[in-house]
Amino acid sequence: MSVILIFLAGLAVIITWWMAQQRLTSKPWLEVGRASDPARYDGSSIPTAKIGLGVFLAVVGALFTLFISAYFMRMGLADWWAIPIPGLLWANTAVLALSSMAVQWTKIEAQRGHIDAVKFGLLASFATAVGFLIGQLYAWRELVAAGYFIADNPANSFFYLITGMHGLHILGGLVALGRTTVRVWEGNAPLGKIRLSVELCAMYWHFMLLVWLILFALLAGWANDLVEICRQLLT
Amino acid sequence: MVNIPSSIDDPIPPAEVEDVELYHSHSWWTTYVFSQDAKVIAIQYSMTAMSIGVVALVLSWLMRIQLGFPGALPFIDAERYYQFITMHGMIMVIYLLTALFLGGFGNYLIPLMLGARDMVFPYANMLSYWLYLLAVLVLVASFFAPGGPTGAGWTLYPPQAVLSGTPGGQDWGIILMLVSLILFIIGFTMGGLNYVVTVLQGRARGMTLMRMPLTIWGIFTATVMALLAFPALFVASVMMLFDRLLGTSFFMPAIVEMGEQLKHNGGSPILFQHLFWFFGHPEVYIVALPAFGIVSDLISTHARKNIFGYRMMVWAIVIIGALSFVVWAHHMYVSGMNPKFGFFFATTTLIIAVPTALKVYNWILTLWRGDIHLTLPMLFALAFIVTFLNGGLTGLFLGNVVVDVPLSDTLFVVAHFHMVMGVAPIMVVFGAIYHWYPKITGRMLDETMGRIHFWVTFLGAYLIFFPMHYLGLLGMPRRYYEMGETAFVPPSAHTLNEFITIMALIVGAAQMLFLFNLFWSYRRGKDAGGNPWRATTLEWQTPTTPPPHGNWGKDLPIVYRWAYDYSVPGAAEDFIPQNQPNPDRISREHMS
Ligand code: HEM
Ligand SMILES: [Cu+2]
Repeated sequence: MSVILIFLAGLAVIITWWMAQQRLTSKPWLEVGRASDPARYDGSSIPTAKIGLGVFLAVVGALFTLFISAYFMRMGLADWWAIPIPGLLWANTAVLALSSMAVQWTKIEAQRGHIDAVKFGLLASFATAVGFLIGQLYAWRELVAAGYFIADNPANSFFYLITGMHGLHILGGLVALGRTTVRVWEGNAPLGKIRLSVELCAMYWHFMLLVWLILFALLAGWANDLVEICRQLLT
Repeated sequence: MVNIPSSIDDPIPPAEVEDVELYHSHSWWTTYVFSQDAKVIAIQYSMTAMSIGVVALVLSWLMRIQLGFPGALPFIDAERYYQFITMHGMIMVIYLLTALFLGGFGNYLIPLMLGARDMVFPYANMLSYWLYLLAVLVLVASFFAPGGPTGAGWTLYPPQAVLSGTPGGQDWGIILMLVSLILFIIGFTMGGLNYVVTVLQGRARGMTLMRMPLTIWGIFTATVMALLAFPALFVASVMMLFDRLLGTSFFMPAIVEMGEQLKHNGGSPILFQHLFWFFGHPEVYIVALPAFGIVSDLISTHARKNIFGYRMMVWAIVIIGALSFVVWAHHMYVSGMNPKFGFFFATTTLIIAVPTALKVYNWILTLWRGDIHLTLPMLFALAFIVTFLNGGLTGLFLGNVVVDVPLSDTLFVVAHFHMVMGVAPIMVVFGAIYHWYPKITGRMLDETMGRIHFWVTFLGAYLIFFPMHYLGLLGMPRRYYEMGETAFVPPSAHTLNEFITIMALIVGAAQMLFLFNLFWSYRRGKDAGGNPWRATTLEWQTPTTPPPHGNWGKDLPIVYRWAYDYSVPGAAEDFIPQNQPNPDRISREHMS
């Protein structure tokens, strides 16, 4: 469970940093405003939807971190046999990275107001993300064909579980991306809205790419060495 | 709604942030059923939670009848009893209290108390309720599924939760339970995002964080915690579902059941316990923090005094929230662990007692020499404080490794957590409903029925759970459906058990009276007016009662002061609403 504690510590730093700016030491009972005082809006100037997504990503982050925590705890037990990583995953990773780049490019074009480029970029990111999912399914099939079934070994179970969870999150992101695409296509949404939507998609996409890279490293076993080092440091 | 004295002709500065565009519903269906209005969603959440709560209450009657008069209801056998315990515990903690405090009060109060028109993501908010309803329906369905609901205990510990020896283990029970939890968590996350981001972004002008009522602080912090803690339950549920349906061995060790080697191999039940309590301990505070917040506001309003140590109260809420994430393993003393860890967890557990105790002091100091009105909300708030103190003292025993080991799994533990987690928050729920019902409906709840409800519930709860501590010290185990003629149980204990059961039935009946009151007063209650308690917070300053869609009419309120200006020296009335500015350039110090 130390992984999730580290994650929470990170969040705690962010929360503390935010709270430090909120004047939590003020004495509200002494500070009564007058009608002529400019009573100010106290929220952030960052768009609300973006803050919402940020909070959501923290939750998703906690979710995957907990899966990783469970992974490490289960890995320590005797019956663990690492699963070979299908080579296809490398290609999938590249496709997902491509998708992320496409959204980023779309975001820049949206800022510039090039609607046609935005349309193209959205389609490209959508297609590559779908490609990633199909690739993941193929990787599953490859493993099943090679006789690595889900219940045979905890390493297998975790592989399917974790990649499946990540896939579901990408699928959810596709819904949002699809809706944005449709809205741009219909052509009656104001540019500001489109910009924001694309920006949110980009945020989510980069985050899911990052999650995937961490998961990939974990499943491929590179993380094991790291854990080994940590363990030696602790004892 | 802005009571700006006419002597002030200074123009109000224009808002630098535009008013939100509000979603407008066009049909009856989208207004009352698939509503995106937080107030309607709040009522939907509350009604659903209370309905399923009645189920849990009836289950507790059945259990108590079995314990007090073994065999009186022949259809209760050991299996049934386990199922009842499990469903009762699960419903009470998650589907009733969590849903009511966050989904119910959170939805109703956050926008109104902060001066917003609605939640920031109304559509997700609506989905949140419907997923919650679906989760409840799946849970109810498990009562009718072949094999009945799961009987694994509300902690759902594997391996037994998915074995055929446990009711529902190899039938539908456990599957439906896990699916229901997963749905609940997804639904909650949608709602929770709303509560958090509305507090961050939806506040009216002038509503700084330190001007927020403590109710909002409590709900806000609890929601942040829930958003981070529920994923652990989600992970545990998904993994257990895999173990049950796909034959994986995340949690399931190699087990021989009825002479047959099961397909599971080498899994770790302890891993489940870690995940479960990583959620389970914060869950206690997810229920407690909103209760703390609400109680602070009830006390301040009904004692006509500002809350003592507002700043400390805020910090205490935040600190409790943070600390409760690092103490989960104190629930696992009996599972065995490295003594050093045991010490760490025991210490942090005791440290949490400090900010908690601080809150109790501050409540008492708020009451001290206050102008205490013994209204129904106040009575319930006082009952909460007494109960919480009590439960907290027994909790100090259990937080200690040495004492916990022999007492764990006795009725002492049952009595303790019912005091702290059951009775105490329920008192706040009642107090809050008596307090805000006038705003929700425009009518007061009937006073006579309310007083009967209060005294029966309060005294009854003590008569139920005090004797139970004693039974626990005698060594009576929990989750036993029958004692049999066990040697260490004296005959007087049986009489005591019968007494507890009768009290439980009476207390339950009082809750029926309460529910009746809710419906009766809706039509026949006394007219409440807009601000019957003469309270300062914004929800009482709406232009009409009950507040309409959009809450505030044309102009959003502007906040000029904190939420606790009661009995301000020199003021015309003994309360000054938050949206009332100071009339002139004389500051508070000069007035007093
Ligand atoms: C009239 C009120 C209540 C009565 C008479 C009652 C009675 C009981 C009984 C008899 C048990 C089983 C004890 C055992 O044999 O182990 C139990 C368990 C439990 N109750 Fe209550 N209860 C009440 C209210 C509540 C409330 C409001 C909560 C909310 C937190 C709650 C939460 C639980 C939990 C978590 C368990 C443990 C379930 C388990 O062991 O898995 N109860 N209750
Ligand atoms: Cu705990």
